[in-house]
Amino acid sequence: MIMAGLVVFVLAVLSPFWFNLITSTQAAPKPELLGKAATAKKCVLDKYEMRAEHMYLLDVWRDSVVRNGERKYTGTNGQTFNMSLSTGENSCLGCHEDKAKFCDSCHDYVSVSPYCWECHTNPKEIK
Amino acid sequence: MMIKSRRSFLKVAGIAAIGMGAAPVINLAASEPHGSAQPVISKNEEALHAKRWGMVIDTSKLNEEVAEAVREACHKAHNVPDFTMTPDPEKYPGTRPFRDGQDIKWIWPEQFHYAFPDKEDEFLAEKFHHLPFLVTCNHCKNAPCVQACPTQATFKREDGIVLMDFHRCIGCRFCMAACPYGSRNFNFRDPRPFIEETAPGFPTRSKGVVEKCNLCAERLAKGEQPHCVEASKGAIVVGDLEDPESKIRGLLKEHYTIRRKQELGTEPSVYYIV
Repeated sequence: MIMAGLVVFVLAVLSPFWFNLITSTQAAPKPELLGKAATAKKCVLDKYEMRAEHMYLLDVWRDSVVRNGERKYTGTNGQTFNMSLSTGENSCLGCHEDKAKFCDSCHDYVSVSPYCWECHTNPKEIK
Repeated sequence: MMIKSRRSFLKVAGIAAIGMGAAPVINLAASEPHGSAQPVISKNEEALHAKRWGMVIDTSKLNEEVAEAVREACHKAHNVPDFTMTPDPEKYPGTRPFRDGQDIKWIWPEQFHYAFPDKEDEFLAEKFHHLPFLVTCNHCKNAPCVQACPTQATFKREDGIVLMDFHRCIGCRFCMAACPYGSRNFNFRDPRPFIEETAPGFPTRSKGVVEKCNLCAERLAKGEQPHCVEASKGAIVVGDLEDPESKIRGLLKEHYTIRRKQELGTEPSVYYIV
């Protein structure tokens, strides 16, 4: 009797895992490198750092640009970038041209909704 | 069994504590050679610099046409919303224009007796009654809005520009109460539907944020003059107030100038040649 109860309990507790086993599990979408980004191959930080740290980087950039007027970033790889989300050729979206496939696909998957785009504009959308 | 006296125990504990304190220092010293390749954040080479940015407006070169061109150039480039326009019904169904009174202005024509209430003489020169004085944020030396802002969203930059960090604005509107010039406006609603054509060079604002003139900090950083200067046909000059050799100081030396509500002690950086 106790064993049966235990089995039912374990099954119930682990139900999220069973649920995931039977429903199709979707791997996290990879940000797609399109347009200029596909050929440039040199970003602000290397790929893994960028994945983990881009929000901290953007936070530092925003203070630097707004507070100190410092808008040029020279990375450890020697490349310089315009510290801007979406203005100009050398900005984030200037290179990663497709916001939907570069920003949104991951953000949607992990269910975060940064409010960058309430103010910042996607050059593709306003044309 | 080893018998430890209190004394020997304290000795060992003390040495261990020193050792733990030393570890980070040693690590730091050891990591020094690897830390040489740090990213560098710097100003653009072409950026314009000043100790204190200021503006001189030559009212003899102002007329309605110039004033309108200046206002238009500034507002278009900075995506300043016009809440009286009717938004695109396809993109923003159900969004209706505002009544007057909640408009947003960065630079705008103002009548003399509103711009300079303390200088209104009984017999004022005729021309001042009709002149569209351009008024904007005065980028005061002692800016009351900076002191009022509880989040430091409004702050005084090194070069004298009173700037807003829209990210940090919580919409408390203390700054609007503090500013004696009415240079600040509040976005009571999402401004996006009310921007006729969004300029790509500057972000829009969001609902619940105060905004004002930024002396085109984004253009000065690229080595360009502010939009108002370019559109003003020589009526507006922006330059370094602290540099005795600058063009703006030359103008101030030659002409008699007035400032708005000078008696309040805010030390405005916008001068009017009259």
